[in-house]
Amino acid sequence: MAKRDRLSGNEAVSYALRQINPDVFPAFPITPSTEIPQYFASFVANGQVDTEFIPVESEHSSMSAAIGASAAGARSLTATSSCGLALMWEELYVAASNRLPVALALVNRALSGPININCDHSDSMGARDSGWIQIYAENNQEAYDNMVQAFRIAEHQDVRLPIMICQDGFITSHAVENIELLDDGDVKNFVGEYEPENYLLNPECPTAVGPYSVTDFYMEAKRAQAEAMKNSKQVILDVAKEFAQISGREYGLFEEYRLEDADYAVVMIGSAAGTTKDAIDQMREQGKKVGLLKLRVFRPFPAEEIAEALKNVKAVAVMDRADSFSDHGGPLGAEVMAALFRNRSQAYAINYVYGLGGRDVRVEDMEQVFETLEQIAATGETGDTYRYMGVRE
Amino acid sequence: MKNCVEIRWHGRGGQGAKTAALLLADVAFQTGKYVQGFPEYGPERMGAPITAYNRISDEVVRVHSNIYDPEYVVVVDETLLETVDVTKGLKEEGAIVINTAKPKEEILPHLKGYKGKVYTIDARKVSVACLGKYFPNSPMLAAIVKVTGLMDEELFLNEMRASFQHKFASKPEVIEGNMRALSMALEEVQ
Repeated sequence: MAKRDRLSGNEAVSYALRQINPDVFPAFPITPSTEIPQYFASFVANGQVDTEFIPVESEHSSMSAAIGASAAGARSLTATSSCGLALMWEELYVAASNRLPVALALVNRALSGPININCDHSDSMGARDSGWIQIYAENNQEAYDNMVQAFRIAEHQDVRLPIMICQDGFITSHAVENIELLDDGDVKNFVGEYEPENYLLNPECPTAVGPYSVTDFYMEAKRAQAEAMKNSKQVILDVAKEFAQISGREYGLFEEYRLEDADYAVVMIGSAAGTTKDAIDQMREQGKKVGLLKLRVFRPFPAEEIAEALKNVKAVAVMDRADSFSDHGGPLGAEVMAALFRNRSQAYAINYVYGLGGRDVRVEDMEQVFETLEQIAATGETGDTYRYMGVRE
Repeated sequence: MKNCVEIRWHGRGGQGAKTAALLLADVAFQTGKYVQGFPEYGPERMGAPITAYNRISDEVVRVHSNIYDPEYVVVVDETLLETVDVTKGLKEEGAIVINTAKPKEEILPHLKGYKGKVYTIDARKVSVACLGKYFPNSPMLAAIVKVTGLMDEELFLNEMRASFQHKFASKPEVIEGNMRALSMALEEVQ
């Protein structure tokens, strides 16, 4: 029987990790993800898991230890935020290119500077080309559900890639909200035992992990990595389908909220999507045809599916909780617009940077975005396609 | 959102305003509500002004913004009245609950003409009488439950006992004092 409870996002992810009972969890604390290893350490101390918990001296070490454990054949993960992720940079690429299904519970926080502990997506967006699968959550429930699904996706034989399970720092990580939790037994059965095909501690089949690759082989290795990322899309959908059977909660690559007949759409990632849903309901009551595409999976990027879902909209605003400093738009904006272009979309498209360093997003802010889209469609004047929301100029 | 009560807490770092907001979410959850309890973090340091929030609703709470037009405000530290605009956005049909030993007449001039109901409670007196120390959050939690009428008082006390038994599992000696503080605060708020 599923259990109704109320937990913060960090508590929810820790709860999932207790149920998963991974083999190795090296960790170094950083706000706002610190609570995840903190809660997990109490599960270790209380004998509720038999995980090898390794307190290390930096994030460089926590990811290195997770990689070493994974290469040895263990199910491993760590947690971090912001500058902690930055310190793992080299290791992110090592994990992905060695095809190690490490998981990372990432609690999104602004990456310096000025130094700031609050939410934006500049940490994980910076790592978007590192070869990790990235899955994002709107609330504590999604963070929990995504964590339960993580290893099934990462360890799948067609994938074998590391996976980042992201949630918004403080906004969901430290907010207590209602949640529905699965039974320990159901999660255990769902996640299953990890049986790696090749691993260092297998005396029957000695292998090397992470050797030098000469030019003659390097590109084939990267091509295989790209193929694995391509494969992961179907695996993410298959795992979600199976997850729905034990939870009753359905997930796709993204969620469409009142999008089917919408003239004006917002595309965004994370907790502000909930706020946007409230704005949509209010505007729908006034007869305005507005909708939302909330992206769950950013890597792999579901370009065709997004273009298809947006094919009937007149105008779309892509919301980026990180800037690329390209003078052209944020990372999500660039990718969504490329997807629309490839689909020969005629929709007007603009790209907002919003919510940096925890800047609050109100229902009214999102209503204004929809009103701007309406104006653009009415006048045919897009104006600057790269703009900021909620900032003092 | 329909049937959603929004509460804003003003306190100082270390006084437990955030904990009180989380406990309120806890007990409201036990009555079958959809809840949110969350802090607004600035630089974390003892004594700095902090804000925490609650949404308590009959429907799923999806909004993830701070609260600007609350029904209720709780002021855990009266020295904040001079530096923070505690009644900002506060609805007139709502109420403000202030921790102070002063009579209401002395508090009103700080409330910028707020026309709604004003309640006071001397949480220091309650806390010192029941716990022997100054922890204002338990009395303030009871005060806001009383003022909002969010739930039956007996149910509240029962749920809080269960919550304290969990929270203070390693120091059960503080449970009775906190329970007395809650009961006394329910009587004292006016």
